[in-house]
Amino acid sequence: MKRKGEILRKLFWSTLYLSAFTFGGGYVIVTLMKKKFVDQYHWIEENEMLDLIAIAQSSPGAIAVNGAIVVGYKLAGMIGAFTAIVATIIPPFVIISLISVFYNAFRENFLVSQMLEGMQAGVGAVIAAVVYEMGAGIVHGKNPMSLLIMAGAFVAACIFEVNVVYVVIVCGLIGVVRTMAGKRRAGK
Amino acid sequence: MIYLQLFLSFLQIGLFSFGGGYAAMPLIQGQVVTQHGWLSMEEFTDLITISQMTPGPIAINSATFVGIKIAGIPGALVATGGCILPSCVIVTLIAKLYLKYRNMAMLQGVLNSLRPAVVAMIASAGISILLTAFWGSGAAVDLLRTNWVLVVIFVICLVLLQKFKMNPIWVMVLAGVLKVAAALVAGA
Repeated sequence: MKRKGEILRKLFWSTLYLSAFTFGGGYVIVTLMKKKFVDQYHWIEENEMLDLIAIAQSSPGAIAVNGAIVVGYKLAGMIGAFTAIVATIIPPFVIISLISVFYNAFRENFLVSQMLEGMQAGVGAVIAAVVYEMGAGIVHGKNPMSLLIMAGAFVAACIFEVNVVYVVIVCGLIGVVRTMAGKRRAGK
Repeated sequence: MIYLQLFLSFLQIGLFSFGGGYAAMPLIQGQVVTQHGWLSMEEFTDLITISQMTPGPIAINSATFVGIKIAGIPGALVATGGCILPSCVIVTLIAKLYLKYRNMAMLQGVLNSLRPAVVAMIASAGISILLTAFWGSGAAVDLLRTNWVLVVIFVICLVLLQKFKMNPIWVMVLAGVLKVAAALVAGA
C-alpha cells in the first residue's frame, strides 16, 4: 500500500512538471513521458509504452491529457488516471487564469494591442506552415480517396461553413466503410 | 444554464477533436465564436496565440479562458471538465479493448480518413484568422482596406518558419515586436 502511495506521489509530480514545462504540444509531451516512465523510472516497458502512446494519439481529445490517462491508468488504475489528469490540468489552468486577468486589463493598452495584432499575423503564418506540412504529407501519399476527403472537407468547412462536428462524423464513417471494404477485399 | 452550455460545448470539442495539436482549433472556433459568440474572432485569435506561447493543450487553455470570461472560475472548471470527460471514457475503453484484442486496425483506418479532413479544417480556421488579421473581423475583403503591415509581417514569418525553420514561439514574438515598431514609426 505504501508503494502505491509512493507511485501516486511520483506520478503526480512528474506529470505536473511535464505539463508545466512542455511547449510544443501533445506529441512532444508523450515522448517526454516515455523518457520519464520507461527510461528513468522503469515503471513501464518500452513496447507497452509505444502502444499506450498510440492509444493516446488515436483517441479524441488533447494528446497530453490522453497520455496522462493511459499512463496513470496503467500504473495505478482509476486513481492513477485521476491523479495524472489533475496534475496535467493544473499548470495550464493556473497559467491561463492569470493571463486572462492580465488580458482584460491590458488588451486596451496601445502597445499590447499592437503586439497582439502583429502576433495574429504571426500565428497565421505558424498555422499556414503546419497546414502546408500536413497537407504535403497527404498529397505525397497519392491516395485519391484521401485527397478527395481533404478537398471535400475544405469546401464544406470553408465555403459552406458546415459545422465541423458533422465533417468529423462523415469522414469518420467514410473511414469505417473504407476499412471494412479493405478487409473484405483482403479476405477474398 | 450557462454552466450547462459551457459543459456541453466543450464536451463536443473534446469528443470530436482527433489528432491532437491544432485539431481542436476549428472545433473551438465553431462552438465558441460561430455558435455561441462567447469570443470575437480577434479574441479567439489572441487565445490561439496565447496557447502557442504557454504550455498546455489548446483545448484546455480555451476551456479555462472562455470559462473564466463567461462565468468565472466555476465556469472554467465546468468547461475543462466537459473537455476532458470524453477522453477519460474513450481512452480507458480503447485501452481495455486494445489490451484484450491487440488490434487497432479499425481505429487506424478511421484515423486515416480523418487526417485529411483535419488538415482541411485547420486550413479553414487558419484562413479565418488571416482574414481577421488583414481586414478586421466581419469586414469584406477589399484591397484598399488591407492592413499591409500585417501582410508583410505574415510573409516574413512564413519565410522564417519555412526556409529557416525558426522556432514558432520566437516567430510570433518577432511578429508582435515588428507590429509595435511599425506603429511607433507611423505614429512618430
